[in-house]
Amino acid sequence: MFKWFGLVNFVPYTKVDGFAEHLRDGRIMGSRCRGCGAVTFPPRSDCSACLDGNFEFIEYSGRSTLQTYTRIEAAPTGFENHAPYIVGVVDLEEGGRALAWFGDTVREEDIEIDMDLQLVPRMSEEEEAIRVYYSLERPGTQWVKTLGSA
Amino acid sequence: MRVGIIGIGHGVFGRRSDATVQELAFEAFRAAIQDAGLQPGDVDASVIGAVPEYHKQRSLAGVVQEYLGLLPRPTWLTEAACASGSAAIRSGWLAIRAGVHDVVAVIGCQKMTELDTSEILALMGRVGEVQWESGFGTTFPAYYAMLARRHMHEFGTTKDQLAAVAVKNHHYGARNPYALFRKEITVEKARQSDPVATPFHVYDCCANADGAACVILASEERARELSASPVWLSGMGCATASMSVLRRASLVGLPSAVTAASEAYDMAGVDAADIKVAEVHDCFTIAEILAYEDLGFCPRGEGGPFVAEGRTYIGGDLPVNVDGGLKAKGHPIGATGVSMTYEIVKQLRGAAEDRQVPGADVGLTHNVGGIGQYCFVQILTRD
Repeated sequence: MFKWFGLVNFVPYTKVDGFAEHLRDGRIMGSRCRGCGAVTFPPRSDCSACLDGNFEFIEYSGRSTLQTYTRIEAAPTGFENHAPYIVGVVDLEEGGRALAWFGDTVREEDIEIDMDLQLVPRMSEEEEAIRVYYSLERPGTQWVKTLGSA
Repeated sequence: MRVGIIGIGHGVFGRRSDATVQELAFEAFRAAIQDAGLQPGDVDASVIGAVPEYHKQRSLAGVVQEYLGLLPRPTWLTEAACASGSAAIRSGWLAIRAGVHDVVAVIGCQKMTELDTSEILALMGRVGEVQWESGFGTTFPAYYAMLARRHMHEFGTTKDQLAAVAVKNHHYGARNPYALFRKEITVEKARQSDPVATPFHVYDCCANADGAACVILASEERARELSASPVWLSGMGCATASMSVLRRASLVGLPSAVTAASEAYDMAGVDAADIKVAEVHDCFTIAEILAYEDLGFCPRGEGGPFVAEGRTYIGGDLPVNVDGGLKAKGHPIGATGVSMTYEIVKQLRGAAEDRQVPGADVGLTHNVGGIGQYCFVQILTRD
């Protein structure tokens, strides 16, 4: 159900669509190639190193450090009501990077490049539409099952 | 076999509500054919550089070919985002090197103002990788802003240094009759403009525009027959980097630019110290600073002081974007790469008038597509 992923979703179908179900259940998953063991995040089904098409999901801790960030003032379609919002790119402890919004546990004035952060699963249910994503939070922040009323 | 440029043409960049995209293409083509002293019938084929999703007209190459009166000769479109123009030149160069065509017209053309604001805002939300990034509302300025933020963190690059790029390019844009913005600005004005994506303000960003540029390429033999002063495509580098910034080892440069530059320098048998004038892809102010470093004009991390000290003005170490760059000319994305080559040919001919770089005999263009997904570097020389 990859159509759940993102505040706006452009790509409903992918071979790694199980990623969104894991995210709904509070797990952030990378992928490991069954052929050569290469680990990637974001996950991918096909290994460009050994060309194997078999992969398994592996759980990531979410521990990460901030590579860079920006506060977006001029927003594209679908995000007009959210602007301004702060996007960051983090280096994940297990390898790879993630791009996400900062959540409520980090104040803008406290944001510094190279700071430790926690990539935390997020889920919201509105009128039966499930949205799953992740956000950048203070280290130690726990996943909560839903935002708003459960 | 070398490939020479024997004709160049350029239209006015800006909001061209007066013209269709094929009419814009015609302006540049006519000027280039006349500059070369040819007739349309002398052209064996054309390559069109454009990004299709901005135009209502689908399959643009055939439409342009018909309007230029080049039927039934072959034409095709090249797309490499904002580097589509340089991709078209490379495609024409390949066709001549392959011995298939002798004279090729390369036309970069783009009409970006056909779309209304809502369509542009929708497109703006899909500039990154749509699977993992666009769902977080990323934008084109936001990506370069994040590269800027990292550069500032690692090397102490300042917002004043970013603004210095805009000030320089507006200084030269004010002297270019084809530029969209023909007025000088100050660092203060740039710093006070509206925020777009921190640390960028409006003046850190180039503007969408309509426009076209054309170069006529010829085989070495035909170039010598047809032109008294051909300019040679002596080094042609091209490389690709990951679509997603999530998969880049470093965010303080564009790896595609480093690779493309090295390939172009090797092919031409020159290095950065030989370049007398350069056109680089300043879609955002940081992009020009990254270009200095990726191309070896200055050491990594020193691009900020390099521009702020005035070393890329005419009279400095290496004049860059003395036609105003994307920043002041405007950025019709399919036309930009061809416009860069146009300017370097003009400089190497010694015909750039009050913007002439003295002694310009080796020039460089650096045209980037997307957030560095594509990079094309050309080294141009004269006899």
